[in-house]
Amino acid sequence: MIANILFYIVSAILLTSAVMVVSSRNPVHSVLFLILAFINAAVLFLMAGAEFLAMVLVIVYVGAVAVLFMFVVMMLDVDFVALREGVQRYAPIGAAVGLVLFAELAFVAVSWTISPSATMLRLSPTPTDVTNTVALGSLLYTKYIFLFQMAGAVLLVSMIGAIVLTLRDRNRGKRQDVNVQHARMPVDTMRMVNAKLGQGAEIPAPIEEVL
Amino acid sequence: MQVALSNYLVVAGLLMVIGVFGIFMNRKNIIVIMMSIELILLAANINFIAFSGALHDMVGQVFTMFVLTVAAAESAIGLAIVVIYSRNRGSIEVEDVTLMKG
Repeated sequence: MIANILFYIVSAILLTSAVMVVSSRNPVHSVLFLILAFINAAVLFLMAGAEFLAMVLVIVYVGAVAVLFMFVVMMLDVDFVALREGVQRYAPIGAAVGLVLFAELAFVAVSWTISPSATMLRLSPTPTDVTNTVALGSLLYTKYIFLFQMAGAVLLVSMIGAIVLTLRDRNRGKRQDVNVQHARMPVDTMRMVNAKLGQGAEIPAPIEEVL
Repeated sequence: MQVALSNYLVVAGLLMVIGVFGIFMNRKNIIVIMMSIELILLAANINFIAFSGALHDMVGQVFTMFVLTVAAAESAIGLAIVVIYSRNRGSIEVEDVTLMKG
């Protein structure tokens, strides 16, 4: 009973903040409502028994992705009011598509049941004697280790991609050019001078700097 | 799981519909479109977690973890593209992006 009441409160806040994300005028407010939506979704995860993923959602999404969004919104000097125009034109289409989509989902939900044999087909039943984190970890590191490594590779590729995309070569200051250094010959930079006794050597013309 | 599965499914369905609506409504602002995509992925995750809890199967949670990974990678790359686009063109209006339009 209390769980149901909590579920209704949390999901009402979740859906309201999702509506505010898409309808807010200021993108900064959108990001803040997105954070609120993620935290409420984490509570829903907790209530469904996925404690570890709830914490991951808070840490990864609120801590990294939402902050990344906030960072980009505040860094870009864009007139966000100009981006809002045309909302009245597009809102009816969006509402129509959304209604159709929701009607289809409702049709599926009405005519849908869990097969009695579904419990026999479970790949890895939830263990009852260990915590959620232990169960998830013992599954991830054994049965799904290849997928886990691939997820790490995806993250590595995205990290390198984001760095390569946003790196700017500003030509500021002197930089080392290894090819030029390797191509330097002694002939280009050094001259042997025969100094006569008592007269010294005349100062040769300076060699042009190759670098 | 103390709450019925259908409640989770309704919430996730509504969340996905809100996300799709947001994509249509903010057709010019790519940052809000990306936030709507995050909402849709969150709805998918809620579905996975709800079924995982209702059927007592851990695989749903494992899959949710990979969805979270891919979503984080996607938003990082997408935001990087938005940053370089606005640096080069001075605008992030979706309708101005016509460089490859023959």
